[in-house]
Amino acid sequence: MNSALIAADLAYWAQSLLRVLGGLVAVLLPAGTVVYLFLFKMMSFMQSRLGPMEAGPYGSMQLFAEVGKWLQKEDIVPANAQPEARIFKMAPLIVLASTFLLVVVVPFGPDAWFTDFEVGIFYALAVSSVSVLGILIAGWSSANKYSLLGGLRAAGQLIAYELPMVLAVIGVVIQAGTMNLQQIVVAQNAGSMFGWNGVGNPYILTQFVAFIIFMISVQAELTQTPFDMPIAESELVSGYMTEYSGFRFLIFFIGEFATAGVFAMIASVLFLGGWGVPFAWFGWTDMDSIDNWMNVAGPLILFTKMIVLVFFIMWVRFSFPRFREDQLQRFAWKILIPVSLVNIMVTAVLKVAF
Amino acid sequence: MTMLGDRQQLAYIAAQAADARVNVELETEGMTLNIGPQHPATHGTLRIIARLDGEQVVWAEPSAGYMHRGYEKLTEVRTYPQVTALVNRIDWLGSFANEVPFILAAEKLMGVEAPARAQHIRTILFELSRIANVSLFLGDLGVQLGAVTPVFFAFRDREYVLNLIEAATGGRFHPNFDRIGGLKDDLPAGFIDETRMVMKKLRTFCDQIEDLLFGNEIFQSRTRGIGVIPKDVALQYGLSGANLRASGVDWDLRRDQDLPMAWNKADWKVWTHPDGDSFARCWVRLQEVRESTKIVDQLLDTIPAGPVMAKVPKIIKVPEGEAWVSTENPLGEMGYYVVSQGDQGPFRVKIRSASFNNISIVPWVLKGVYVPDIITILASLYFILGDIDR
Amino acid sequence: MAKPKVPGLFKGLGVTFGTLMRTATEGSNTIQYPHEKETPPIRARGVIALHEGNCTSCMLCARSCPDWCIYIEGHKELAPPRRAGGAPRKVNKLDRFDIDYALCMYCGICVEVCPFDALFWSPEYEYSEPRIADLLHDKTKLGEWMETVPEAPELEAGADKKGKK
Repeated sequence: MNSALIAADLAYWAQSLLRVLGGLVAVLLPAGTVVYLFLFKMMSFMQSRLGPMEAGPYGSMQLFAEVGKWLQKEDIVPANAQPEARIFKMAPLIVLASTFLLVVVVPFGPDAWFTDFEVGIFYALAVSSVSVLGILIAGWSSANKYSLLGGLRAAGQLIAYELPMVLAVIGVVIQAGTMNLQQIVVAQNAGSMFGWNGVGNPYILTQFVAFIIFMISVQAELTQTPFDMPIAESELVSGYMTEYSGFRFLIFFIGEFATAGVFAMIASVLFLGGWGVPFAWFGWTDMDSIDNWMNVAGPLILFTKMIVLVFFIMWVRFSFPRFREDQLQRFAWKILIPVSLVNIMVTAVLKVAF
Repeated sequence: MTMLGDRQQLAYIAAQAADARVNVELETEGMTLNIGPQHPATHGTLRIIARLDGEQVVWAEPSAGYMHRGYEKLTEVRTYPQVTALVNRIDWLGSFANEVPFILAAEKLMGVEAPARAQHIRTILFELSRIANVSLFLGDLGVQLGAVTPVFFAFRDREYVLNLIEAATGGRFHPNFDRIGGLKDDLPAGFIDETRMVMKKLRTFCDQIEDLLFGNEIFQSRTRGIGVIPKDVALQYGLSGANLRASGVDWDLRRDQDLPMAWNKADWKVWTHPDGDSFARCWVRLQEVRESTKIVDQLLDTIPAGPVMAKVPKIIKVPEGEAWVSTENPLGEMGYYVVSQGDQGPFRVKIRSASFNNISIVPWVLKGVYVPDIITILASLYFILGDIDR
Repeated sequence: MAKPKVPGLFKGLGVTFGTLMRTATEGSNTIQYPHEKETPPIRARGVIALHEGNCTSCMLCARSCPDWCIYIEGHKELAPPRRAGGAPRKVNKLDRFDIDYALCMYCGICVEVCPFDALFWSPEYEYSEPRIADLLHDKTKLGEWMETVPEAPELEAGADKKGKK
């Protein structure tokens, strides 16, 4: 984690190194936790089985075994993709880059952040669409009909769900009065709920509709069931990932679950009060007066909130069948977007009223 | 019912006309998509050649035969007990049900009838194999539609049924338990109590699947009104089994036919559904599993005492003649036309398997649907590759 | 329209969560295979055992096998007479009795046709080999399986017990 304290004392190269290491931890640690806790264990338990048990205690080292397995595999480029081999090879990196760009603005504590960006949420929503490019490139450059269908579906779907996500966030932005994620956290923990000053104001209470819309959009953005038609193992045979093997498939895989973790973090920053202890603010008045222990506790609290949100994402993923492409579009344009517009209007009116 | 089919066709023609105009301007061309022979939705090696316009199917045709094993020819050079072992492998999920019509045909030629106890146990095992088959369909349905959990439930509870079949016959998948004139052996002690417990579990499984899948709005929106097969079309294409009943035809060979089996000794219901869409087909199958558990429960109470084998010579020679017997197998009507010339083995066997006829409707029903619906419709038509290719 | 929409989706979530809790409290339905093993039923057709003394190399099993995976070679031998002064007996001596489990389809016809009770089913199943050729079990190996052959199970009530051997 970078912090203002460290920034004052360390040389530039040390700061950069810290930032890179911190970024890797912030992306890979949630990804690994999500995969082990939910993909391996929760999914197995929901299906009356135990999941991996052999590698390490309760199979906790299974992920490393899997990574080792994928690293050993041959990196295959299909013959028909050869003319664009560079593009084909680049695609998974673009998807992963989007995840790393996302994590940059997530505040982990009062001083623990990578960058304190004035238009943080705007930036986050913008870079989250970069992964669409990667997916589209992957689908097209694979020179595979299934991949092409998957890539096109992904493009249509991700663009359709970008909109309700942005509109859902607008409600939060109106209420907080800022696009800075750090300020949004403070506004939630120190603020009042439309004049009533009781428990602070995690926006899940006042912006519940926006929260639901945001989570549905995240589900679609992550291409998790019930919105996983771009992948659709049973129809498109993993869609845009069909032709990828070895390390590049691994990158897609990490990207998928790391993005799940990062999006859950952003959702908890926007709606659950971020790194703040729920319903307790200890009478701090401004950013400088916040105690230093929050920089240690903050990331842990955020991590816990992320785990809770990912639990819901994964729970839905393992329970539901998937929509059809046109039903998904209809759902986005005819239900989610009107509802979020109404939500924006109501929020704006209430904001002005109080 | 005809109206629905016509509407589907008309909508398709209209869509085609609209697309054609757009496509001329944009100079786009269609795409031929080979679904299979290695594709998760085809349960093996069925190949469906689909001509796509965008995601819409313009023309589709199944291409079977990638797993042809030549059973009809093989039967000509095998003796009757060997043929019983072979036909197990036609519909590999409900294998005991494959043996029964063949054995019944041979018994018909020989003029023997199995003792009442054997008939009863045959019927019980027949229904158990139906449960083993269709419960896997219910789980597989989820996978085809993108839900990962139901298939594990299906394998979990199907395991109990397979254990029962193994305890009785010795083989989990390929029992080879039926003999001309009766059964190879009697049931082992404890089978009846165990079966009762398993049937309870299977009913819970059905409830779970209904909650998890059939009640789910996403599932319903994916299956309702998709792949509608009207009554007359279903009859024209020779559909059978649950596919036909889902189109509103009240037709069940277990009830409509007088076979030396014990179905008429139990009280059960033939479920039909008027809609003829994918949901109807899945729903009818779900109800069938429930009915099967009821049939098994009732038959367990009334197993008569006595031998399980009629008097037949040790080396079986079937007298000259021809016989046709078909039964209501898990997948639909399955029949054997056995021609004997008095040898130890049949001279010619014609196998009528349900799936082959059931997928013959694929070109008709896939026209104008979207790619994801191909998978839904194929899953709901429910075929076993061994049953198509034989 | 909105009212029935909620229960269907939430019921599904309830089923998976219920199973999660059940697996966590009561244990899973799977077993960890190499550490614990299920006992197959008595009748399970795992492997064929050969009681060599009973075999007369009559070839019935080899002939009735649908995929011809049994190989038998034998010769006739003169054995000393039972009573002193009698003529020497002719016995069939088994030279080779192989079953190729790579071909066997476990139909059980050979066990059934054997007129002298020389073949038995054993529920043992752990005899996979890294090399396919090792699946050809010769008569010593088939004889070793005899130890694992269980007694035939009791029959269910109402069975006609006289008719069975």
